[in-house]
Amino acid sequence: MEIFLILVSSILVNNFVLSRFLGICPFLGVSKKVETAVGMGMAVTFVMTLASMITYFVQYYVLEPLGIQFLQTIAFILVIASLVQFVEMVIQKMSPTLYQALGVFLPLITTNCAVLGVAIINIDSNYNLIQTIVNGMGAAIGFTLAIVLFAGIRERLELADVPESFKGFPIALITASLMAIAFLGFTGLV
Amino acid sequence: MSLILNSVISLGAMGLLFGSGLAYASKKFAVEVDPRVEAINEALPGANCGGCGYPGCGGLSNAIVAGEAPVNGCPVGGAETTAKIAEIMGQTAQEGEKTVAKVICNGTCNNAKEKSEYYGINDCRAAALVSGGSKSCQYGCLGLGTCVNVCQFGAITIKDGIANIDKDKCVSCGKCLEVCPKSVIDWVPYSQEVVVECNSEEFGKDVKSKCAVGCIGCGMCAKACPFGAITMEGKLAKIDYTKCTQCMVCTAKCPTKAISGELSKRKKAVIEEDKCVGCTICAKKCPVEAIEGELKQKHSVIEDKCIGCGECAKKCPKDAIKMK
Repeated sequence: MEIFLILVSSILVNNFVLSRFLGICPFLGVSKKVETAVGMGMAVTFVMTLASMITYFVQYYVLEPLGIQFLQTIAFILVIASLVQFVEMVIQKMSPTLYQALGVFLPLITTNCAVLGVAIINIDSNYNLIQTIVNGMGAAIGFTLAIVLFAGIRERLELADVPESFKGFPIALITASLMAIAFLGFTGLV
Repeated sequence: MSLILNSVISLGAMGLLFGSGLAYASKKFAVEVDPRVEAINEALPGANCGGCGYPGCGGLSNAIVAGEAPVNGCPVGGAETTAKIAEIMGQTAQEGEKTVAKVICNGTCNNAKEKSEYYGINDCRAAALVSGGSKSCQYGCLGLGTCVNVCQFGAITIKDGIANIDKDKCVSCGKCLEVCPKSVIDWVPYSQEVVVECNSEEFGKDVKSKCAVGCIGCGMCAKACPFGAITMEGKLAKIDYTKCTQCMVCTAKCPTKAISGELSKRKKAVIEEDKCVGCTICAKKCPVEAIEGELKQKHSVIEDKCIGCGECAKKCPKDAIKMK
């Protein structure tokens, strides 16, 4: 039951993009098309879930026994950076079109605060391994949900009669804020 | 002490672990990139100026390998780069003549009258917003140097109140054409000397009252051109550069000197006597009857009549005519 609550919480209530405002950069950058948004969501899901797991081991089997918790951030970044490199290679091999479409945002997952954020939040919340993985996956699904929904809206926005000065990023930011307000409605669910 | 040791060793070990994992993955998931892409990228200037129409040199090299762009797609690199790329692609370089940007206005301080004084920001775009700029001709170069600032290659200078483009430095990136609020910069073939240096579409009387060297649309050049290269588009003469032989007849005829070209530099036909067989083809082709000579006899050029168009040299079956 608790695991289900963690999942709902990380997907809807504490949505990384819309409630915690982490990972805004790919959220705005790769959300022009639903297709690339899904690809980005998949890549982030993979990185986040795996990063949650590996950072758990790093934290409890390396950093804490050696008493060097202060190296948490740097150690986690090492994990995330390696994972992103790995994902980049896999995507380049599996889907060159997606690789092209994601462009610079793929390596940018390295410095994506959402990934580092989920790893640190896991540790701060004292989750066990299962909870950590569920939380990481939930956060990633939440990110994917937000970015895909947002991409869907932006595809329609392309056709909408938006005032000249609001075209492009201004209207995207306004849309994002409206989505955030909508997600605020989930507060108190868990 | 042990803290430092622990930190270094643990992080180092992790780094090593992930690093070797990645090294393995990079072999396992290696993607074969066309080596020509890399090679072309090396050959390109790397300025990423965007003159080719692609986002950067990387984009162009991909497009060249994919066959979407020609090997001479880079306007900046010039012949040398084109040759290198052609070699990589296994083609011979097909080099067309370079087209360069040229300011189509001769309204210098002396030629064009000012209608007001402008004390605003030193930028043509800003000046153009103030009732079209300070020059009385609304089509002319404002000479405040917006194009100078945008040119990355230092090819533009301001002289006598108008912009001048050094055609040797111009790399045809087109940035100045985009930025000019008066659209007074146009593409002209590199070797083209004869150019209508006026952009005004006003009536002749109005042009004359504003600028000493404006095209008044009299059409004398169009009538004078032996090759039909000049047409009147509205009130402005337009030269078809593919037909123009640079004979400069129009330059001489133009009453306002709006067409550039230095008559003193015009070439003359010279017949090499030992090669001439007296076929009279050149004499028939000459538009100004500047070649005389009987059939089967050596021909000669009447220097005063020759306009240096080169038609005779093109048509001579024995290659006996040189343009000097």
